[in-house]
Amino acid sequence: MDNSHIQQSFYEKTARNRIASIVDKNSFQEVLKPGSIPVSPNLASLDIVGSFDDGVIIGQAKIQNEPVYMIAQEGKFMGGAVGEIHGAKIVGMLLKAIEEKPKAIIFLVDSGGVRLHEANAGLITISEIMRAMLKVRNAGIPIITVIGGTNGAFGGMGICACLSTHVIMTEEGRLALSGPEVIETIKGVEEFDSKDRALVWRVTGGKTRYLLDHVDFLVEDDIEDIKQGIVEALQQPAVDLDLDYLQQQQAALQSQYDQWFGEKDSIPIWQSMNIDNPESISMLSAQQIRAIKKG
Amino acid sequence: MNVLNFDFISQPIENIRKEVICGVVGSGNLEVLVTPLANSENSKFIIDTSVTGFDHIWEAVLQDFSSRYAVGGLEFKVNDMGATPAVVSLRLSQAINILEDESHG
Repeated sequence: MDNSHIQQSFYEKTARNRIASIVDKNSFQEVLKPGSIPVSPNLASLDIVGSFDDGVIIGQAKIQNEPVYMIAQEGKFMGGAVGEIHGAKIVGMLLKAIEEKPKAIIFLVDSGGVRLHEANAGLITISEIMRAMLKVRNAGIPIITVIGGTNGAFGGMGICACLSTHVIMTEEGRLALSGPEVIETIKGVEEFDSKDRALVWRVTGGKTRYLLDHVDFLVEDDIEDIKQGIVEALQQPAVDLDLDYLQQQQAALQSQYDQWFGEKDSIPIWQSMNIDNPESISMLSAQQIRAIKKG
Repeated sequence: MNVLNFDFISQPIENIRKEVICGVVGSGNLEVLVTPLANSENSKFIIDTSVTGFDHIWEAVLQDFSSRYAVGGLEFKVNDMGATPAVVSLRLSQAINILEDESHG
């Protein structure tokens, strides 16, 4: 049977398979392999079964023969949530990069944020990841984050994702601080209807993040497309995180806030960006959306 | 959380010196880590499961698996989040397939 027309979905793969399908064949060398480290003691004390890798896989690999570090969160294990060991593995890999200077760190984010079972340890580890990411960027090593998994990037991982040098998103990927269900619980269904999936993706999904310039790349949920995005990102110069750059970013966000604060949906925002047929955005391919942005 | 230990007599597996992991600890699913043992007569299972009261089902499924495949000399460590017996058998068979597939990294 000819399966060539079926796309290789990133969304549906496990974290291990995502790494294997993106990097050069057989080039992945896992660091802290399953079985070589303890499973989460915090989960065990709550009588919850842990995982050998604590929901994140780290290691070295090559992409088009360039040495890179890989970090991939497993969204199916506790929503990709960041626990103590999980976070320590990420921080360790980031700090090791400063010594060994790989070409880049590829971070496949798929997480709802802190693992609440591990409470303060989880929260502290998120701040350690943030600090380590900034250190890596100061050392001139780009961090390329891909958001296209089942859990998107929310909570602490939403913040971490935004600290990357480049963010690649698919339409399926979502990026925000508070998750839709959290917003609905706290502010009521009038504020945000978390059951309205089309609305959730219009507001937090890859297309709107790309159109609003919050991420650099929009690609299809397809391994080849994502790989191409990573290769393109590898070729772009890393921006220095200096005061000028941060003030520029802040001003851009402030102007979006001033213009659109209070909107309940993305359609009126797309409309005021002078996009023709904003209702049709959800139906367009990543390529068509890229064409709209380029004008 | 319920920890179960089993040992079964099984045909020895030949020349396997690598480790394999497959599956994910998600709802109704499990992960299994396979490592070689020094003793090649027995297959050893360490099951960490979220469900209690199914010890005899585990025993039956793992005994069946150990007689169906030559897995003597292998240790299977399982983290389980309520997988059904069919899923357990499937994952274990998958681990053996990966183990025997030389091309798999």
